[in-house]
Amino acid sequence: MITEVDISLIDWSRAQFALTAFYHWLFVPLTLGLGIVQAVMETIYYKTGDEFWKKTAKFWMKLFGINFAIGVATGLILEFEFGTNWSNYSWFVGDIFGAPLAIEGVLAFFMEATFIAVMFFGWNKVSKGFHLASTWLTIAGATISAFWILVANGWMQYPTGMTFNPDVVRNEMESFWAVAFSPVALNKFFHTVLSGWIIGAMFVAGISSWYLLRKREIKFALASIKVAVVFGVIACFLSIWTGDGSAMQVAERQPMKLAAMEGLYEGDDGVNLVGIGILNPNKEEYNDDKDAFLFKIDVPIPKFLSYLAFGKFNAYVPGIKDILDGGYPQSDGSVALSAQEKIGRGKLAVSALAEYHVAKADSTLFERKADSIKLALAATITSDYDSTAQVLSADELFALKKSEIQDKIAAARTQLNENFKYFGYGYIKEPKDLIPPVGLTFYAFRVMIILGGFLFLLFIVSTYFSYKNKFETKRWLQWTCLLSIFLAIFAGQAGWVVAEVGRQPWAIQDILPTSAAISQLSASSVQITFFIFLALFTILLIAELKILTNAIKKGPQINEQ
Amino acid sequence: MERSIFKRIIDFYLEGFRNMTIGKTLWLIILVKLFIMFFILKIFFFPSYLGKFEKPVEKQEYVLNELIQRAK
Repeated sequence: MITEVDISLIDWSRAQFALTAFYHWLFVPLTLGLGIVQAVMETIYYKTGDEFWKKTAKFWMKLFGINFAIGVATGLILEFEFGTNWSNYSWFVGDIFGAPLAIEGVLAFFMEATFIAVMFFGWNKVSKGFHLASTWLTIAGATISAFWILVANGWMQYPTGMTFNPDVVRNEMESFWAVAFSPVALNKFFHTVLSGWIIGAMFVAGISSWYLLRKREIKFALASIKVAVVFGVIACFLSIWTGDGSAMQVAERQPMKLAAMEGLYEGDDGVNLVGIGILNPNKEEYNDDKDAFLFKIDVPIPKFLSYLAFGKFNAYVPGIKDILDGGYPQSDGSVALSAQEKIGRGKLAVSALAEYHVAKADSTLFERKADSIKLALAATITSDYDSTAQVLSADELFALKKSEIQDKIAAARTQLNENFKYFGYGYIKEPKDLIPPVGLTFYAFRVMIILGGFLFLLFIVSTYFSYKNKFETKRWLQWTCLLSIFLAIFAGQAGWVVAEVGRQPWAIQDILPTSAAISQLSASSVQITFFIFLALFTILLIAELKILTNAIKKGPQINEQ
Repeated sequence: MERSIFKRIIDFYLEGFRNMTIGKTLWLIILVKLFIMFFILKIFFFPSYLGKFEKPVEKQEYVLNELIQRAK
């Protein structure tokens, strides 16, 4: 039995999962965002009957189809990885993930596969209304699919609606609705889907700008931009709103992630939000006296982090050191436990699980071999008793022993239940192991926020010039929109880095760290598959870009005279 | 005689697939990708780790032992 898990195995497995997720997330947001834009365009066609809008919608639909086809099923690789690389995790949570992923699979297949066919094959074959409904239902199917995946992810960030069954060593769903509509899952869904809308809007505005820069497809490009930039403004506004909700969820349920996002080591009342900054690379320990920053500029709204996190300007925000040392008041009024106390409780939970199974095995033995155990017990009783008394005493002794075992089972179960919320801490060697990579989380958060803000501004400026009919002459704006496609994608990826890196070392928050979740594989085998994926993904990406750019170069071929 | 709804749906799909242009390339990519994923990656590189155990109770005992031992 190998008890120490190779750190490089964890790192490579995480890297492989991250690579697959990054790649998958290149396609999904474009599907979600571009889908809405094309559906809006088709709706305009439905309302006006103008063939121009039909051709415009069909062109974006073609690009949607290319992206959909290349991206389809890439997410399944994540499920392969769960079964191979993360088998303890898969077993531990199987019952929770089963329902959302099964619903996702069924919905994805029936809704998307059915209506996408009508969307692509049904022009002039079904009624305009039925075609439009199919287009919207295709997008609805994709979005609902995303919902169930994000429910699963939300559960990992905030495990709820389940009970741990020690008999089968699995978490079992207690309330489907608590899992499906947990506040974290809902917020994650809206924030993530909205980031997809932003990418879709930027894609349409950027590609249309390319046509304007090439002085072709002018009417098509300007009309597309008008739809995309308004959609982009709406998506950005809603994204800020849901982002605020996410910050509050993180502050309440994942305070360590929030502290890492802010590079906050020492907490305080009324904490400022860091605007930009450079972390001090010489800060080696969370509790040393070195400054966390070489340089930083706070957002010029005093105590803004406290307000964003807890809705009060003077609210206390714990830093990394506070979270590890404990003793600070939490938002629910309780006092936070220290990391050492949590580790102690985690170890109690794991040892209770072990004791529970030992006692259960004894109980099973007593059931199966009752007669021979009774005989053995009888033999231990002295000959002062007559034979009848011997048998009765053996029965009593047997019942007593059995009762003691039942008491042990009950005690272990109670100890496990009382400490299960800290179960994962039982695998943590030192408090500092609970700190996620602060630098990556901090910078990724700034990238997401700064790029998000920039895109919001860009959509507002573009909307202004677009509706003033001046967009066509603003080449700087066209270039900015074109290049910002990559910035929008980058911002979305950075968001996932914050969400996932910021919650390390947990596979499931507080319940299971990656070191316990991982399978006992050799790191080299994971390295091999990592590079296979890298090659496969790169080939697919090249194929997509080639087909996509060919379609874009060919253009919508709308006669604009 | 009017064609049955079933036949019309089949014809709808067949005609749609026949008239595809770029879609044919995309379907080829999808099929190659699915083949690589399910017949190469899944079989040779991503077997179910717990699949080596036949019975659920064996999987359960293995994971239980792993979870207990790794906390030591």
